[in-house]
Amino acid sequence: MARKTPEINSSSQADIAFLLLCYVDYGITRRLPPPVEQNDEDVKVKERNVMNVMVNKSDRLLVNGRPSDISMLKDLAKEFMTPRPGDETAPEVETKTFNEGIGDILVSKGVISLQNDRGTSYAMYISVQNELARAFNEMKEELAQKTWHKSLDQLSEDQTKALNEAVPVRVSEAEPVDYKK
Amino acid sequence: MAKFRKEGKKEVPQVSTSSLPDIVYMLIFFFMITTTMRDVELKVKSSPLPKATEIQKLEHKALVSSIYIGAPRDSKLGTESRIQLDDSFATPADIADWIQKERDSRNPADIPLLTTALKVHKDTRMGVVTDVKQELRKVGAFRINYTTLKGSALEN
Repeated sequence: MARKTPEINSSSQADIAFLLLCYVDYGITRRLPPPVEQNDEDVKVKERNVMNVMVNKSDRLLVNGRPSDISMLKDLAKEFMTPRPGDETAPEVETKTFNEGIGDILVSKGVISLQNDRGTSYAMYISVQNELARAFNEMKEELAQKTWHKSLDQLSEDQTKALNEAVPVRVSEAEPVDYKK
Repeated sequence: MAKFRKEGKKEVPQVSTSSLPDIVYMLIFFFMITTTMRDVELKVKSSPLPKATEIQKLEHKALVSSIYIGAPRDSKLGTESRIQLDDSFATPADIADWIQKERDSRNPADIPLLTTALKVHKDTRMGVVTDVKQELRKVGAFRINYTTLKGSALEN
């Protein structure tokens, strides 16, 4: 009797087809702040608590008034946000308690204020946003390693939530100024 | 004679899965046909998008509405960056109505989850992007996504 040719296993073809079905976009997700009431008084933030990041119309970067380079921005932001108790020039710190085993940690009151010109290129703006996001993600990663010896993508939902509270992304975009010519 | 008894005859035969790919392909063709109907014709050059590394997947595509910003494809219309909503050019003043229309077409429970994806050419000036963001803030569309490509942001 002639041997039958074995059937080719086609069960994985379904998976391939499902792969084709899935198609995703990627991007930086941000939450816009609610509009400011006209009569609201400006909330005064102490000068030592603010790191000013400005991008001018020719895409030059100024950090606290000094010219800087995009490749240095991540480290500058990380250094600024790292709590340094006792240092009068660094942002104020406070001790806060968090869930999921993070416990009591020092949290910086620092805020990174981002201001761009209407002439700034979108590419530069995204680079700055990306570098600032990278600074906060690295700080989250470090805390995750210290607390649970796990990297960010291995955390449970509750751990991620606690971590996001412990390391909030404190970037504020300045209200656009209308320069009337 | 036990020796010649064929074994395994009483076993239930495996359910054939060979038709499963056909079913999934049918689904694919179905989606291909339906999505082309909704596709927008791009009137502005929104690519190349800038590059970034700290990015998340944009999930729930049904809850995402896109705003395209870039120079017009038709060079007769100049090189000034323009905004495209759905199929036509728009100004920042049109955004409030457009967001309202997008909300009306969704389930009311999903409205807080709606995300606006900004697909902006990397050479666009921030002025027009800021105008769009201000309009989105006014109407309470706070969830936005700067759609980017994967890649080092230092190369932008």
